[in-house]
Amino acid sequence: MKKWLQFLVLITSISATSALLASGGFSDNSKQAMPAVANAKWKTECSGCHMLYHPGLLPERSWNKMMAGLDKHFGENASLDDASRDEIARFLALNSADKQDNRRSNRINQSIPAGATPLRISETRYFTSKHDEIAASTFKRKSIGSAANCVACHQAAEKGDFSESQIRIPR
Amino acid sequence: MRNAYLFLALFFSQQAVAESANTLLKKYELLAKQENAAFVGFAADKGERFFHAERLHSDGKKVSCATCHTADPRKPGKTRANKVIEAMAISVNPQRFSDEAKVEKWFGRNCKDVLERACTAQEKGDFIAYLLSIK
Repeated sequence: MKKWLQFLVLITSISATSALLASGGFSDNSKQAMPAVANAKWKTECSGCHMLYHPGLLPERSWNKMMAGLDKHFGENASLDDASRDEIARFLALNSADKQDNRRSNRINQSIPAGATPLRISETRYFTSKHDEIAASTFKRKSIGSAANCVACHQAAEKGDFSESQIRIPR
Repeated sequence: MRNAYLFLALFFSQQAVAESANTLLKKYELLAKQENAAFVGFAADKGERFFHAERLHSDGKKVSCATCHTADPRKPGKTRANKVIEAMAISVNPQRFSDEAKVEKWFGRNCKDVLERACTAQEKGDFIAYLLSIK
């Protein structure tokens, strides 16, 4: 009788553990991947010159600062008409890293000090720790250009998918 | 017969393309006359010189339209963020200069990036005349 009970306890704990693991881990029950988001203006305007960055890659205060300084956007003039700028700013804020419930956005957000408002995703501690094995010379390859060109290595970056299975570093 | 229809369709679409760029040129012509009473017209060769003219930007780098669009407007260019820019020559890329808002948006940005000032209607017209002239 005692042995039978021990067995039951063992089976129950194994299945409970695997259920917990399947749901995404112990400390964080949120989803791993950034959700699909869509806004036609964001897509057209923000992918005119560079890859399309998912709003979940930066907190709201970063997007607000970025959208307030489009005339000097990383050294280039990326001005928009007021209506387009406001629509895109609202969309970015609504879906920003601090308004998302997925693991990657949460971690990016947590890696930024409260007093900092980074404009470059590559300046966040989350990014630098994830890419510490990538040499500076790799980022400078002609096929990549710079650390800003996520999609050069992360094939599904524009969908917000940065999973390991979607990485291929070009020569 | 089918080929004839295809030919006709192609012919009229080409006409429509040249038409939209020319409509835009007419608008710039009106503006250029307001800017300069002695305006005599747009010239492709002036546009060509404008396209290739290198100047020293206040950030210390040399820039021209060709920096990103390449020296040959029939070829695709590349943005500083490594994205392809479709060819500028209208013969290669019929979509060019068909959307006035888009044209003004990019003149607005790129003139400030290259010249650090707005372009004049004369410059815009010469630029389009050049890109229309490339076969």
